[in-house]
Amino acid sequence: MPETSKPTVGLFVTCLVDLMRPVVGFAAVKLLEDAGCKVEVPASQTCCGQPAYNSGDKADTLDIAKNVIAAFEGYDYVVAPSGSCAGMIKDHYPEAFADVPKWLARAENLSAKTYELMSFLTDVMSVSATNAEFSGTVTYHDSCSGLRELGIKDQPRALLSSVQGLKISEGNETETCCGFGGLFCVKYPDISEKMVDAKVDDIVKTGADTVLAGDLGCLMNIAGRLQRRGVDVKARHAAEVLAGMTAAPAIGEPVEGE
Amino acid sequence: MQPTSPNFKQNAREAIADDPLQAALAKLAVGFPMRRLEAAQRLPEFEDLRDQARDIKNHVLENLDQYLEAYEKKVTDSGGHVHWCRDAKEARETILDICRKAGAKTVTKSKSMISEEIAVNAYLEENGIEPVETDLGEYIIQLRKEPPSHIIAPAIHLSKEQVADTFRNAHIDLAADRDLDEPRSLLEEARAKLREKFLGADVGLTGANMLIAETGTNVLVTNEGNADLTNNLPRVHVVIASIEKIVPTLEDASTILRVLARSATGQDISVYTTFCTGPRRPEDLDGPEEYHVVLLDNGRSEMIGSEFHEMLRCIRCGACLNHCPIYKSVGGHAYGWVYSGPMGAVLIPNLIGMEEAQHLPNASTLCGKCESVCPMRIPLPKMLRKWRERQYKAEMGSATARWALKSWAWLAKRPALYRRVMNAGVALLGQFGGQGRFKSLPLASGWTSKRDLAAPAGDTFISQHHKGARGDQSGALMRKKVH
Repeated sequence: MPETSKPTVGLFVTCLVDLMRPVVGFAAVKLLEDAGCKVEVPASQTCCGQPAYNSGDKADTLDIAKNVIAAFEGYDYVVAPSGSCAGMIKDHYPEAFADVPKWLARAENLSAKTYELMSFLTDVMSVSATNAEFSGTVTYHDSCSGLRELGIKDQPRALLSSVQGLKISEGNETETCCGFGGLFCVKYPDISEKMVDAKVDDIVKTGADTVLAGDLGCLMNIAGRLQRRGVDVKARHAAEVLAGMTAAPAIGEPVEGE
Repeated sequence: MQPTSPNFKQNAREAIADDPLQAALAKLAVGFPMRRLEAAQRLPEFEDLRDQARDIKNHVLENLDQYLEAYEKKVTDSGGHVHWCRDAKEARETILDICRKAGAKTVTKSKSMISEEIAVNAYLEENGIEPVETDLGEYIIQLRKEPPSHIIAPAIHLSKEQVADTFRNAHIDLAADRDLDEPRSLLEEARAKLREKFLGADVGLTGANMLIAETGTNVLVTNEGNADLTNNLPRVHVVIASIEKIVPTLEDASTILRVLARSATGQDISVYTTFCTGPRRPEDLDGPEEYHVVLLDNGRSEMIGSEFHEMLRCIRCGACLNHCPIYKSVGGHAYGWVYSGPMGAVLIPNLIGMEEAQHLPNASTLCGKCESVCPMRIPLPKMLRKWRERQYKAEMGSATARWALKSWAWLAKRPALYRRVMNAGVALLGQFGGQGRFKSLPLASGWTSKRDLAAPAGDTFISQHHKGARGDQSGALMRKKVH
């Protein structure tokens, strides 16, 4: 594809990926470029504002959202490797600016071109396969916002099924919340523990050696509980597998030999 | 009842440690959702019906005054009486007054959440009148002096062994060594006890699933038939219902009935669906001599037009409880008042105050499952967020948490500074994260008390990317740099 006709994607990498797991960002860049996009990563991005929004801090939510809008509205598309952050921009920005006419149109404009990574690849760029390889059995956790706000269910599975050597073993409770819920998991640790235990039990039943998902928040929660319980199942963002970037240790795992 | 909602965290901890409760919740969490799904799939127009049901209630709420007046006129025309009550106290006094005029000693009751809301049982007892719950689950929890733990399955938290113990303690006139191992024998014992009460009651108090403006009718939905004995056998029938129960027509009631049982239990329709209109007419074979409707506001009119307006569409099917991972973890009693689950977390602060109920809207991951199954398409997560906004404005909750959030937001609004601080923070954490994760970390005990915390896997993505990194094996490369 000639450079000029390539769509330009602003990668909203998400604060968690930026701080905790850069490989997901690199995987997203690779997948988007392989799909024929020109990718840019605005340095002025911080967070989508969800922690403030879900804590009832509306004023800070709007301020943070204005930063995001200003940083990303110039791109053809905005893509995030997270259903939760993409859902925030797509669903909740227009809702949050409903009473701010000056910003509402800009929020709606951004909303219309914002996508979660895997659904963008399949639904917009018509990617149906990747050339990655991964030997192992995985199970997929549907994160709540991606599933229920953005309708992401089949897209990651379609892409993953094209990965050579990868086998998917579905859980019975893939659509049940893992108990992360942002600040919920630290405010109500007992309930969160109960929920993530149910998730871990369901993952164990699948016999998979790796759990994949599209949201790092859920994955850190699930990985942390798997490790605390001593369960030998690894956790990775699905983009790592799709991009063939699985040389780095799984979430929370040490570098081999250390 | 005195709310225990302020102790939500403690309640939740106890509930999680309660094995019989957890066994019951595990069963509920599989059974109800599966049956609802099957029922919905059997009916191709189910999703359309949800839209219609939502639209009916929206229309009613826009024109509530008009429909309430039309309903009152029809009730009066059919020989009944409507009593308007502003709050729980007025409703209790009105009911007591009707009972006294009827010379009542015993009042049989069929399941009514509103009667729980106004705590009428305790009030009648204080005034020398015996209230008898006739729904099996309600009867059990009445004997145990507990509130319901679920809207449609009030004793769902109990095992059959616990019920057997309850009956042995309560029915001391029966042989102590009788066999109560089977649910059937429990049912038969309750039925025999209740039959005496049905025949001896002076007043029957029921709730209403709907009030039909077109005809002045109240609709009752049960699976046990106890409502029919409650409203037909005593001389006086009293209906207690809140004002948002109105629907315009019989046709509308039928639309809502088509989503109600399917959402609640997965039945196509409940076993008994009863329509009561006024007292017994001369040509009727049976029915009460007097028919009263106690119409309760108790905070509803203040919800109209507020950000909680849509909550008034709720038909109390319990689907949001059955599908809620929080409810499934802690059960209904943890919420500390009459209602529970997502609908309770939205409604309870409206009824007992935001202060008392401040945990409830926060104890949610906003996973959205409730909204996805609500037959009335009530945006429950959105309303939970609205409560959080109100609490934030009122400066409720932990000062430390507010300060932390404020500081983080302050930083998130200053991208250049944010980047410098985060780069430094990630580098610092990386120094200590050689094992890939933390077992414990100062200031992160909420997280690390229950799970390990992954360490940052290298420098921030943005700083690496802007240096031209492409990320092949980035985690491994970065780790080396740290050591």
